[in-house]
Amino acid sequence: MAWVIEALKAVGLTVAVFTFLAVVGAMLGVYLERKISGWIQARLGPKHVGPQGLLQTVADTVKLLQKEHITPRHADVLIFNAAPVVVAVAALLDWVVIPFGTLGDRVLVVRDLNIGVLYFAAMASLTVLGILSGGWASNNKYALLGALRSASQMVSYEIPLALGIIWVALAAGTLSTVGIVEAQVRQGGWFLVRLPDPVGWWGAPLGLLAALTFLAAATAEVNRVPFDLPEAESELIAGYFAEYTGMRFALFQLGEYGEMFAMAALASVLFFGGWAEPRLQPWMWVGVALAALAVAVVIVATGRARNLVVRPLLILSLLGAALAAVMAWGVGAGRTPVLPSVAWFAIKLFALVFFLMWMRWTYPRLRLDQLLALSWKVLIPVGLANLLVTGLVLTVAGR
Amino acid sequence: MGELAVFIILAMVTLIPAAVVVTSRHLVRAALSLVPTFLGVTGLYVLLHAEFVAGIQVLIYAGAITVLILFVIMLTEGGTGVRTRQITDQVPLGAMAAVWLAFVVLAVTLRTPWRTQPGAAPSYGVAAVGTAFLTDYVLVFEVTSLVLLVSLIGAIVIARRES
Repeated sequence: MAWVIEALKAVGLTVAVFTFLAVVGAMLGVYLERKISGWIQARLGPKHVGPQGLLQTVADTVKLLQKEHITPRHADVLIFNAAPVVVAVAALLDWVVIPFGTLGDRVLVVRDLNIGVLYFAAMASLTVLGILSGGWASNNKYALLGALRSASQMVSYEIPLALGIIWVALAAGTLSTVGIVEAQVRQGGWFLVRLPDPVGWWGAPLGLLAALTFLAAATAEVNRVPFDLPEAESELIAGYFAEYTGMRFALFQLGEYGEMFAMAALASVLFFGGWAEPRLQPWMWVGVALAALAVAVVIVATGRARNLVVRPLLILSLLGAALAAVMAWGVGAGRTPVLPSVAWFAIKLFALVFFLMWMRWTYPRLRLDQLLALSWKVLIPVGLANLLVTGLVLTVAGR
Repeated sequence: MGELAVFIILAMVTLIPAAVVVTSRHLVRAALSLVPTFLGVTGLYVLLHAEFVAGIQVLIYAGAITVLILFVIMLTEGGTGVRTRQITDQVPLGAMAAVWLAFVVLAVTLRTPWRTQPGAAPSYGVAAVGTAFLTDYVLVFEVTSLVLLVSLIGAIVIARRES
């Protein structure tokens, strides 16, 4: 009865990934978003429920669970109710191929598919169906406008996203997510700054360009500012989910944050070495720690720590200094994996999530024509040219 | 046994929405019903160990459906697509064609001497597909890309003329 065990394993892992997504992706994600936006706008953000407002999103979730489901009178009931589920399930399915780290010899991944990144791109493209059908079924002009914008945006940005993924597949020689991380471990450097030998560190500009293309396309793919035209609170009153209430609204949010975390996780796997620990000399780690510490000292010494905009920078630099100090001590003491691999995955994931939020609260929204021009006239040609040059370099260098 | 059950479930997932696609009077619903059909076919590919084709199936067809729905919404009045007539006068003719096709497929399937002894399945992996494209089928591959390019340019030319 092997298939019974397989089915039970699938159910168990689904529950585990869904819980992870709901707690880390949605709840912590929304909390971080509100705190970071508060920081950037010199506000405090949620403060009263729990220590530092940590339980605010838990309270919000309980509130959303109790709310009534309202279906608009002329909505297409079946499609209207199915759409949020499609979005949430698509975000959930993304996580099947994301490796979280290693435990002994085992890699912590739901299923290491040999078409890993292709599968990820396919599942990510399913989200748009939920958004489009939900926006159409709401029978609301703002929702429909948001859905149409979302569809045109996602159809355009899937191509640069795929180009970024193909670039990594070219460098790694595999489509499996686990294989991509292992290829980066083998060559001793992230794909962001290094190509396989004999190109080595000379591949850094190509890697940076590919990572930039991928991150821009990923931000657009998850509908975040500066690419949030489908939602655009200030012009479309939240766009495609304007008519949704209660838990269905929460499912859209879950899907959106789950997708964002999945994109950050994939970016960390593709370009930042996934769960693998960065290998630097102890003196390099000491240098990083001292630099971070210097930033903190400057902030404290000039009395800027009272400034609401600067204070989180102090915390970030202290965290970075602490991490680098631990690494310097660990590497110096000769321990090879200083921190567990899951911790490194989490650090990279949250650093990228922070980067995405930082972008969101810093840049204004693009116009629709600017958005499409960016994709078709900048990202796609750059991505294609980068792919061509990288292929040529790898072939000529004869890896 | 398990494989047969999975096949029957996948066949139902493929066929029932397919029936909805041709019988629904509602354009958007008909277009959306194509999605479970394609996902069912994807499941059949996975059952045949053709993971690469399965991934491409989801990526291409789900994306194509999006574009199709977009066209449906934009081409119908008011973006609702409810009032557009979605029935054809050729139901008897279409039904006859379908029955005839089903008969041919059944006849071919039943008369083919299938090999039932165990053997290695042909490889449909990424590497195998890629190698086949760039060695044995390179001419077909290049001609296909040329056809796609021509149609792309044609679409741009037609769209430009109107504005």
